[in-house]
Amino acid sequence: MTSRIVPATQPGHPAIPAEVERSQLLEIYYYLRLTRTLEERLTALYRQTKVIGGLFRSLGQEGESVASAYALERGRHRDLLSPLIRNLGSMLVMGATPLQILRQYMAKVEGPTRGRELNIHFNDLELGYVGQISHLGDMIPVMAGITLTFKLRREPRVGLVYIGDGGTSTGTFHEGLNFAAVQRCPLVVIGEYNHWAYSTPPAKQFAVTHLAEKAQGYGIPTVTVDGNDVLAVYAAAKHAVERARRGKGVHFIEVKTYRRKGHAEHDDQHYVPEDELERWAKENDPIDRYAKQLIENEWVEAAELTAMDQRIRDEVDRATDACVDEPLPAPETALGGVYADPADTEKLWFRLL
Amino acid sequence: MAEITYLEAIRQGLWEEMERDERVFILGEDVGAYGGAFKVTDGFLKRFGESRVIDTPISEAAIVGAAAGAAHMGLRPVAEMQFIDFISCAYDMLTNYVATARYRAGLATPIVVRGPCGGFVRGGPFHSQNPEAAFFHTPGLKIVAPATARDAKGLIKAAIRDDDPVLYLEHKWLYRRIKESLPEGEEILTPIGRARVAREGRDLSIVTYGAMVWKSLEAAEQLDKDGVSVEVLDLRTLLPLDDAAIVATVKKTNKLLIVHEDTRTGGLAGEIAARINEQAFEWLDGPIMRVTAHDVPLPYAPTLEDFVLPQTEDVVKAARWLAAY
Repeated sequence: MTSRIVPATQPGHPAIPAEVERSQLLEIYYYLRLTRTLEERLTALYRQTKVIGGLFRSLGQEGESVASAYALERGRHRDLLSPLIRNLGSMLVMGATPLQILRQYMAKVEGPTRGRELNIHFNDLELGYVGQISHLGDMIPVMAGITLTFKLRREPRVGLVYIGDGGTSTGTFHEGLNFAAVQRCPLVVIGEYNHWAYSTPPAKQFAVTHLAEKAQGYGIPTVTVDGNDVLAVYAAAKHAVERARRGKGVHFIEVKTYRRKGHAEHDDQHYVPEDELERWAKENDPIDRYAKQLIENEWVEAAELTAMDQRIRDEVDRATDACVDEPLPAPETALGGVYADPADTEKLWFRLL
Repeated sequence: MAEITYLEAIRQGLWEEMERDERVFILGEDVGAYGGAFKVTDGFLKRFGESRVIDTPISEAAIVGAAAGAAHMGLRPVAEMQFIDFISCAYDMLTNYVATARYRAGLATPIVVRGPCGGFVRGGPFHSQNPEAAFFHTPGLKIVAPATARDAKGLIKAAIRDDDPVLYLEHKWLYRRIKESLPEGEEILTPIGRARVAREGRDLSIVTYGAMVWKSLEAAEQLDKDGVSVEVLDLRTLLPLDDAAIVATVKKTNKLLIVHEDTRTGGLAGEIAARINEQAFEWLDGPIMRVTAHDVPLPYAPTLEDFVLPQTEDVVKAARWLAAY
């Protein structure tokens, strides 16, 4: 396997050199395609009412999710990230499996939360991800605490957390960011400017032009990158992660991207200006752009990508077949695990009659 | 007489108040262009414009705080929480600022904070909550929880006209499930602080509210076939509690079962039981019993959610046990 240096190619942004090996280029492509294929499978399962709750797509945002997570050190007890509902790609990069994701969405007993929680709200502290709750912004202070621990223990570990454009309106985002900045926590914050908070556009969400301006107010260095340029996001994240690892504190990366599906699958997006979805799909799809870049620069062969697409479809098929008919959790298991002690919550009197 | 849903009743109530009183305005996340996550405010932006239907940032503390400030200045804000679960983000503003403003500073704060509550919808731990107990303990707030379309309309109108802050808990499981014919052209106002006898009975009283009114009525229907006559009292207002109505039904049937969807510990049933102990102990022919959710966060899987939440069958069994006491 030859090593080569692949520069970030997006015009208009400073080119941050990113040392990427050919095998890594392919691995990034694998996670991008896996994210999209898995979400397409979830959509099909949702329409069959096998996905019981809401379904949240990251269509159009897979690039920044995968590329930012890919800049972390992975493995047991290495770096750690906290994803949002549209960061399925980041979870997969860290080691969450399609089987886990499918089980979780379908509330299966073998799923990572045994049917208690929805979508990608789950954790693996060893592999390095801690799931969000629905209250946006809350994971910023939590990740400040996780990365503060890295600092206090003098571990060379880094945390990464995502926040959407809408989420930056919450108090906890600001409190957590300020806390992390003051404590010089080894934390990278990815601000995802995806143009829609449910139906609310940026102009009704904040009065600044760039999310980065908010972080600058807390003394945090920032960079704004094209979120659909996979290698540009990777380069920016790599720089921020290594900087944090060297003890230089928080870094904020704003990624400009676009949410091409509704807030959730039920949302018909009637509020989106005509042609906008089509335009982003046609001209600025992160996976299409990345694949084109790989092929045109002759870094990989088109046939390699096609073969990988098929391998991923097979993988998702196998994962689906493995769990689609699994049972839901047994009712009484709902009572376990509220506390360490007692292990089980009391069953109420009328269920004993 | 047109038949309308519970959701449409809320919509109509809001609409009529905005037509009637130009001081009334709506603010919340996605309430304008989108018409609200559940479409309660669908069409409001077009009719009333951006100055009275305000799409806000994702900032519950700012939504409630700004509503409070506008209310001090004479406006009548109606703040929507997209899901009532997010009211926790405005807890400080509501309990420390809004609830104390009149007593502490002589400031009127006539705001309504409304939002969809409740389970039975596979929403998981953060889209299913029943937050009433967290606010029930706060003097200065009022809390209403309609069960019927008539009260959904009557209470939103009454809440907007009330001179104090009102939390309006609308149950999302009832939104499109409950329908009722309401008279057109007649103003519907449900007085805050007054319960309603939803079903007359002799042998036992069920005191309940929200979605559990319907589960209790179903149970009463089944028990009737066994020869147990159940009275169902729909509280409608949770704070202040209608002590007189609760005492009256206990004096009539001498047995009290309290049913709520919220978890048991620290739930409203404990307070209701204590009040009956204080005010009507001698009238009781049995222990006051509770049917509530189990004390766990509400899980996502249908099997788990159904186990945690109180079901019609639970009310039937509990009532049968109490009737036989």
